[in-house]
Amino acid sequence: MLSPVLCSDLAALEPEYTEADVISTVEFSPTGEFLATGDKGGRVVIFQREPQGEYNVYSTFQSHEPEFDYLKSLEIEEKINKIRWLPPHNPAHFLLSTNDKTIKLWRVSERDKRAEGYNLRDEEGRMKDLSTVTTLQVPVLRPMDLLVEASPRRVFANAHAYHINSISVNSDYIVDLKPENMEELSEVITVAEFHPLHCHLLAFSSSTGTTRLCDMRARALCDQHAKLFEEAVDPMRRSFFSEIVSSVSDVKFSHSGRYLLTRDYLTAKVWDLNMENKPVETYQVHDYLRTKLCSLYESDSIFDKFECAWNGTDSVIMTGAYNNYFRMFDRASRRDVTLEASREVCKRRAVLQPRRVCVGKKRKETDVSVDSLDFRKKILHTAWHPKENIIAIAASNNLYIFQDRLAPNGHHNTPEIQSAPPK
Amino acid sequence: MFSKGTKRKFSDGGEDLSEDGLLGARVASSYSLQRQSLLDMSLIKLQLCHMLVEPNLCRSVLIANTVRQIQEEMTHDGSWHVVTEAFCGASHSPSERLVATEVLCRSRETDAEPKLFSVISYEGCHEEEVVADETLCSVSVSGTDSNVCLAGRMGRVWEKRELNGIERGEEALSGDDEEIDNEDEASTEAPKTIGQVFGTFEIKNGSTGPDSALEELFSDVDTSYYDLDTMLTGIQSTPKMGPYDLLDGLAPSHSSPSVVAAPTCRSDLNELDHIMEIIVGS
Repeated sequence: MLSPVLCSDLAALEPEYTEADVISTVEFSPTGEFLATGDKGGRVVIFQREPQGEYNVYSTFQSHEPEFDYLKSLEIEEKINKIRWLPPHNPAHFLLSTNDKTIKLWRVSERDKRAEGYNLRDEEGRMKDLSTVTTLQVPVLRPMDLLVEASPRRVFANAHAYHINSISVNSDYIVDLKPENMEELSEVITVAEFHPLHCHLLAFSSSTGTTRLCDMRARALCDQHAKLFEEAVDPMRRSFFSEIVSSVSDVKFSHSGRYLLTRDYLTAKVWDLNMENKPVETYQVHDYLRTKLCSLYESDSIFDKFECAWNGTDSVIMTGAYNNYFRMFDRASRRDVTLEASREVCKRRAVLQPRRVCVGKKRKETDVSVDSLDFRKKILHTAWHPKENIIAIAASNNLYIFQDRLAPNGHHNTPEIQSAPPK
Repeated sequence: MFSKGTKRKFSDGGEDLSEDGLLGARVASSYSLQRQSLLDMSLIKLQLCHMLVEPNLCRSVLIANTVRQIQEEMTHDGSWHVVTEAFCGASHSPSERLVATEVLCRSRETDAEPKLFSVISYEGCHEEEVVADETLCSVSVSGTDSNVCLAGRMGRVWEKRELNGIERGEEALSGDDEEIDNEDEASTEAPKTIGQVFGTFEIKNGSTGPDSALEELFSDVDTSYYDLDTMLTGIQSTPKMGPYDLLDGLAPSHSSPSVVAAPTCRSDLNELDHIMEIIVGS
């Protein structure tokens, strides 16, 4: 990403916000025309890209409601964990939204015409007195103000005994994964994604840091993997936190389908599907946290699940961090940049300035010390437009959309990143 | 400084320890204390997660795995009981392991000894302070996260019956580890009981009784390096916790710090049932 410029600030006007407004997932539609967000209050908000390039609200609906499981005496949160768009087949748009327990399929359609001139009812919908009807007329369609309706088409409830972490859409059917033997549970599936091009390939990652690739033609249940991606950990460097830190929080196939991007607590790794024993690239997202793992464990921050994203040409990867920072790594040039998404910093049309976190003394005035990082401000959810250099960043209740100042609509073969001098 | 000290072998007899050996022993004990506090923290997390919403399974599994790891290491060390054994030069803990774990992620730059707090103060059984060093303390931690405030809740955690689920799991784990020598077997035994640990909790109302009973019981106990595990394994896995239970449970463990084996617990459990029947006055 070159010079990110804030193009749409869809932040709440009030600095105070409720927990329900916190955005919990962000997803572009397959063409990038729409951007869907889900929040902790169970709402889905869909933004549409205007001809000028900005995104504005297109539709809002309540997807999930809080429920209560009477058997276990526990609440079921209405927080939207994930939204996935289905590939477009007709003018209506379909998306899946899921909370911990229930997946819903929504149909979002537009209506801009209305039929008028019914025979049995008048314009307000009241029944006509049939004695007054002397002739028959054919109703005609007249234009009306655009109405966007969202209606649930399917509800997939209680597919899982435990929480749904991740959904992925397949051309044939949607598959959910469940661990087999709950008694000996020491590993949990954290993310799953279907291959973008080969509908029979499924990748899923676990809390032990492994990623498995399954070929569903060979084994439909995916209990045996075709490939296992795992990097050996030096036993001398193991600590009590090694496993937790290696737990994979997100998996994304590259658009080409040749690479896998995995995110664990401290790093982002690019894997070549043809090489299982180690990643081809490893990016340190916030290695300065390595000495702070104990207190991050105490505060539960170590369990934060960061997402990651590819750009349209698979040349840049992006992921979030703490203190409202997010990072981008250019794979070819190996340059990286740290940027901040916050109200104070993001002004319209202003180019974001790079940030740097320092461990010891500050070398520059603008450096931020590790000890002053705010761990409550975390950027977990990020999304990259499927084709263009437009990114969506969710920071608590705020949604920031940045686009490249230099080339908002075009591709770059070798994008350069304005980065801070090497650390 | 660290590596030099830890690579030395511990000599026998506390009086003859060289200075490096002393440092090594001090490092060993601080490591053990930090490990102990991590274990305590993990156990509390498994408890506290039983709130309104069903706990995140991934988080629970990771915490349970951490607990299991610590348990296994402590079993190998033989430091299951009292940390002071490390001082006597019994040399269980391999120095390599200390270096490898970086004394629980402590920064290598700080040479200063970590502030040592007593892990459990039994006077009132109310406070627990996590052993921490400066680098850990300086990280700003979310104030809204309810899991952070351990000190205040600690006292109530000891009182509440929720602890029984942990005790059951703990005690079963330690019993298994004692009996089984083979490491592989231990790791396959453990998952089942780990399943008990976070699978069988029920949110119950705490009883108010044991607080004063605990104070009485622990008033003459040496609190300096008393181990959470010993206390948990000393207390039998009983469904209800009343003053009689504590008495029965603690007596054998106080005299001999060895881990109570599973069969003993079962017979004691029967005794307790018997006593309860009498008390209830059937």
